[in-house]
Amino acid sequence: MSTQSGQPGTIFSPALAARFDKLVTLYPVKRSALVPMLLYAQDEVGYLSDPVIAEVAQRIGITELDVRNVISYYSLLRTKPAGKYNVQVCTNISCMLRGGNEILEHCKKKLGIPNKGVTPDGLFSLEEVECIGACSWAPAAQVNYDFHENLTPEKIDGVLAGYKAANRGTGK
Amino acid sequence: MATISTHPDCVPVVSYRFGKGATAIDKYLELDGYKSARKALELGPDGIIGEMKASNLRGRGGAGFPTGLKWSFVPKQAPRPKYVLVNGDESEPGTCKDRLIFEHDPHSVIEGVIIAGLAIQAKMGFIYLRGEYRYLLKIMEKAVEDAYAKGFLGKNIFGSGIDFDIVTQTGAGAYEVGEESALMESLEGKRGVPRIRPPFPAVVGLYGGPTIINNAETIATVPHIFRIGGAEYAKLGTERNGGTRLFCLSGHLQRPGVYELPMGYNLKRMIYEVGGGIRDGKKLKAVVPGGSSTPVLLPEEIDIGMDFDQVGKAGSMLGSGGVVVLDETVCIVEFALRTMKFYQHESCGWCIPCREGTDWLKKSLTRLHAGGAVDKDIDNIRYLAENMLGRTFCPLGDAAAMPTLGFVKKFRKEFEDHLEGRGCPYHKAREEETALV
Amino acid sequence: MADVTFTVDGKKLTAPAGTLLIEACRTHGIEIPAFCYYPGLSLQAACRMCVVRIEKVPKLQTACTTPVAENMVVTTESPEIAQARKATIELLLGNHPLDCPVCDAGGECELQDMTFKYGAHESKFVEIKQHREEQQWSPVVFFDRPRCILCYRCVRVCGEGMDVWALGIQNRGAGAVIAPNKQDHLECEECGMCIDICPVGALTSGTYRYKTRPWEMNHVGTICTHCGDGCRTTLGVRRGDDGMDIVRGDNRDKSGINGDFLCIKGRYAFDFANREDRLTKPLIRQADGKLAPVNWDQAIEFAGKKLREIRDARGGGAIGVIGSNRTTNEEAYLLQKFARTVLGTNNIDHHRTADYPAFAAALNHSIEPGAGSSGTPALAGKAEASLRDFASAKAILMLGNDPTEQHPGLAWQIRTNVRLNNARLYVANHELIKLRRQATSFLQIREGDYPALIAYLGGDDSALDGNGEAAKLREAIRGEESLLVAFGSEFRGGDVSALVRFGSLLPTVKFACLADYVNSRGAADMGLYPDLLPGYVPVGAAAHFAEEYGSALPAQPGFDLVQMFDAAERGALGALYVVGSNPIARYGVDPAALSNTFLIVQDMFLTETAQLADVVLPAANLYEKAGTVTNAFGDLQMVKKAADKAGVRTDFELIVRLAGALGADPKKLVPFGRRGVQADFGQARGAQSGEVDRHGVWLAAHHLEPKLSPFDPFAILDEIQRLVPAYNVPHFELLAGDDQHLRPGLVRIEDAGSRRDLVLPSNDTLFSSGTLGRYSQMLSSVMEARKPAETAAD
Repeated sequence: MSTQSGQPGTIFSPALAARFDKLVTLYPVKRSALVPMLLYAQDEVGYLSDPVIAEVAQRIGITELDVRNVISYYSLLRTKPAGKYNVQVCTNISCMLRGGNEILEHCKKKLGIPNKGVTPDGLFSLEEVECIGACSWAPAAQVNYDFHENLTPEKIDGVLAGYKAANRGTGK
Repeated sequence: MATISTHPDCVPVVSYRFGKGATAIDKYLELDGYKSARKALELGPDGIIGEMKASNLRGRGGAGFPTGLKWSFVPKQAPRPKYVLVNGDESEPGTCKDRLIFEHDPHSVIEGVIIAGLAIQAKMGFIYLRGEYRYLLKIMEKAVEDAYAKGFLGKNIFGSGIDFDIVTQTGAGAYEVGEESALMESLEGKRGVPRIRPPFPAVVGLYGGPTIINNAETIATVPHIFRIGGAEYAKLGTERNGGTRLFCLSGHLQRPGVYELPMGYNLKRMIYEVGGGIRDGKKLKAVVPGGSSTPVLLPEEIDIGMDFDQVGKAGSMLGSGGVVVLDETVCIVEFALRTMKFYQHESCGWCIPCREGTDWLKKSLTRLHAGGAVDKDIDNIRYLAENMLGRTFCPLGDAAAMPTLGFVKKFRKEFEDHLEGRGCPYHKAREEETALV
Repeated sequence: MADVTFTVDGKKLTAPAGTLLIEACRTHGIEIPAFCYYPGLSLQAACRMCVVRIEKVPKLQTACTTPVAENMVVTTESPEIAQARKATIELLLGNHPLDCPVCDAGGECELQDMTFKYGAHESKFVEIKQHREEQQWSPVVFFDRPRCILCYRCVRVCGEGMDVWALGIQNRGAGAVIAPNKQDHLECEECGMCIDICPVGALTSGTYRYKTRPWEMNHVGTICTHCGDGCRTTLGVRRGDDGMDIVRGDNRDKSGINGDFLCIKGRYAFDFANREDRLTKPLIRQADGKLAPVNWDQAIEFAGKKLREIRDARGGGAIGVIGSNRTTNEEAYLLQKFARTVLGTNNIDHHRTADYPAFAAALNHSIEPGAGSSGTPALAGKAEASLRDFASAKAILMLGNDPTEQHPGLAWQIRTNVRLNNARLYVANHELIKLRRQATSFLQIREGDYPALIAYLGGDDSALDGNGEAAKLREAIRGEESLLVAFGSEFRGGDVSALVRFGSLLPTVKFACLADYVNSRGAADMGLYPDLLPGYVPVGAAAHFAEEYGSALPAQPGFDLVQMFDAAERGALGALYVVGSNPIARYGVDPAALSNTFLIVQDMFLTETAQLADVVLPAANLYEKAGTVTNAFGDLQMVKKAADKAGVRTDFELIVRLAGALGADPKKLVPFGRRGVQADFGQARGAQSGEVDRHGVWLAAHHLEPKLSPFDPFAILDEIQRLVPAYNVPHFELLAGDDQHLRPGLVRIEDAGSRRDLVLPSNDTLFSSGTLGRYSQMLSSVMEARKPAETAAD
């Protein structure tokens, strides 16, 4: 991962490091910045690697064990890489009633990966998730932080194709 | 972009500014924005709480505790700073209302926090969104920034000499953090495990200071109460259930959506008129009236007013306003299993009955749904749920046990239909489930 | 707080307001079950076992989080409550492996007991159990996840209790798991507290696991042989091939001065006793220069004959004796008596790790320096702190030393006191010691600045560069109503007097002088000095000793330890008798220095010193004998015989035998039957099981003092108590196993002098224990495991 960065002693980009410097000052106690910090670090690095954990622990002034205890509690935080586009299909009750399971199965077939799998090219990963707060517009999925609602198999095909195209657009 | 749905019966109070571009602070001001905060400044703490009590507003998070009363529990003198905390960790399955508020009217939340802060003389507020709502954080952060720029936040707000700050952040995926004390833990950078109570947050809360924690919809309603008057607001609803609320209709309806309706609105009418009835001409089988943790109602039980008291009398709960409608094609066992799978996934694991109970029930329901159970298993499912109820560290255990008990009691026959290797009469069980049999 | 009255199960009870219901009930003999509740640790309310019915409250309430209130009416047992508890156990047993037949905790498992009590006998769980392989987290800690019931006791005792914070909770729901700080292993103080506190068999010990069943052991509460804290350890012993083997050490018996605490040494470092290379046969150096096994009579006769020849030919002054920090008081006392009355020499010393003579003198001095014994002693004897005092003192000043490493029991008591009672801790040290984390104020000084610090605290502003911290410390200390002062071996001679003088200016002050080994203090108190008799009586003032002993004692001070080797080097030491000590390695003595000295070594192993010996006598260790020891704080405690090793003898017996071989009358050496009645507890003829206790109770009940065989150390305790008044504590309580703090009157001497150069701190860490520690496999393996990661564990 990105070990080269503008600031000495940080593995994060200068912008993120600066953001973290500020983040710890916002709260009455430093530790309150932990969860947001982990999320932003994950957004930049892709997952919470050992160096990320070490630096976050040091920035907050707690042990790495403390950081790991917290990470493992929250389902959005991960210590292993996911795909560039993490497809999270809700199958909770409201979505289930309107075909959430079918959307999930469709994604498995389409991407050729099981639940919690990552495509060989690292572009997509797939996850069955709990309620994402789109019940009235079910079935729904999130790709990274973007919501996609009132889904049908055809519609999710379009969504996936869109990300693929976007990726080509970035030239990576 | 999620939008509010409308119906002639709708009464837009909280949703008054939805779809009107009120995310822009100037538009918000144009639509009577921040007038309520100025009014509250004039009223002072006692006046604010008086107005809140008059409104009969009850917490929109699920428990329905009277908001004015909750605020009045905060001691006037306290050794530590006081805080206002907005619970935007909306995660009860069937519920998607707070999202609309943050998306369409972020300033109403900010203004609500300011008023709550004035009521208890706090200097700081926090708005905690669920981690999945990252796109809303951007909207909220912008709104907070604009409010600072206008002098509504920060030093000397509205020129009153009072300082007030707001910090916004998201969680990282945990239903349990919606529980108020777990929310405080999470905001303090810890695992979202609830705290021992007493002491209650109003006395010892965030960072050890007196804290009021309100659901996002509750807080967003506050400025509207001051806009239209507490008594006027109360009149919109029923006795002891003031005002309106956002109902999230989902499931097998013609027109699912989030609708703002008066408290006490008839459930049957909500399903058949507002929601357009059951889709594809199917018959209604059951209704989960207030989010996944509320016990199921049968079609013959739905001719009731949707307020905390009437739904309670019907043997369920108004909860978070998530009305999930099930048609005749639904396998109740599968539905019960999916519900339990959720609670098993979300149990924080702190206490034995919830941690072990949800896991055991998930396993038993999975096996039952796939046809691997015998009659005794149904009794055992009931036994486990009964023995979780009221015995857990926090309400999550109850939230898992109550619907399970409801399903077993009201649909026992359907459970029995799955026994002795017959499996699900509705759908094939999922592969990973049959593997367990 | 005021008392409140409430009703439990129909009984009217009272307790201070604010007392937790579970504690109030326990105090009144009503046991409410709990897994997660543990006195002194933070509340969890997680296990839900302690649920009770409180009138007018709709739901069952947890007794562990409910404070008692006036007129509260509580039911702790009812069908409803029994059902709730039964269901909780059923839920726990759901995923529990039920491998009780092989589980270490089987037979002493709280989950088993609760299952039995609440009758959760029907196995309702027919789902697939979650299995996980057990994990080794450190040389001492193993984790078996499926057995874990998540009571979080281990997490709390490690964090709150030990201030180590090496255990955490990870994942959530059914996946929640206790996790070590280094992902797959632990980096910690290896205290094993987590294992002891585990109510089930989830955490097991590397030394004990799968070795035996709890009911196959005898459990003997005795005193740890390692550091100067004198913690009680419970040794589990089982019959082995050549005696009774120690299989386990733990802290079942929490009545000791260590309370809940035990460190790695007290818990695991008993394993030296079971080593293969232990000496079990006496050895004599043969003509070929090699040591060869002989029988006991040959060895004793030979050693005795040689000593007699040298004494008779060259006088007692040509013989030296070195005693031990790890033998009992009775043995140390007997050794000096043997040296002085049988060998006729004052050439006796031991490895000193603290300057107790200076401490004794300082306590005995009046406030004004130089006032001597003519003035009224200001602090004489009253001012010594027991280790127990540190658990309740309002304020503590810790000078020098690193208790976390060197006095872990003391560190525990201080931490606990700070945590539970908000005690104020002031620390001054030349290192950033870990205990500073509990300190109200911490002052770092230069290593040589302790005397300056004392001068500064006493009011001399020029003594120390009075930076802000030092001034703050001085002001805080002066504001304390009462203060405990513990100091390390940085303080010797005049520094000790200065410190005590400073302390005597404070309203109420007590001191503790820290020494390194289990009976370092006892060795000092018992007169293992060339110039001091037991109780620090100068050798020149020995009239009452001579009277008691019935013979004259040499009046001139003898050689100290260093002088003995100097004498040996110049050929002036004909014989040296070393008991339980390894001066060759410890003092770096050139082996050649002893080439003209007849050397007798009494030890467990062929140490560097024993390798040079002419006669080696295999000795029993502290776990294989009875007697008393005195910890650094002056707490006198009984050690009980736990283990047995065929072939070895206690040091006590060996000294008596050697005296016999020298032609001395054993009855004179050990006041066997001289006063009081004569009784044989049956050691000689093989006591019937339980006879010892039975006779002891009978004799005590009849106000008869048991006088034992000459090989029984208790036979000499009376004499010690007559000659050393400080040791005249109630005999009965002592024998019953209660620690007794020494009485005032220990100290008699007037002039301390400076013995700075003779004090050699051992600088042991948590994982070392002098020569003995090197023979502990467990300590060695922990040190080995830590080597690559030996960074700041702080």
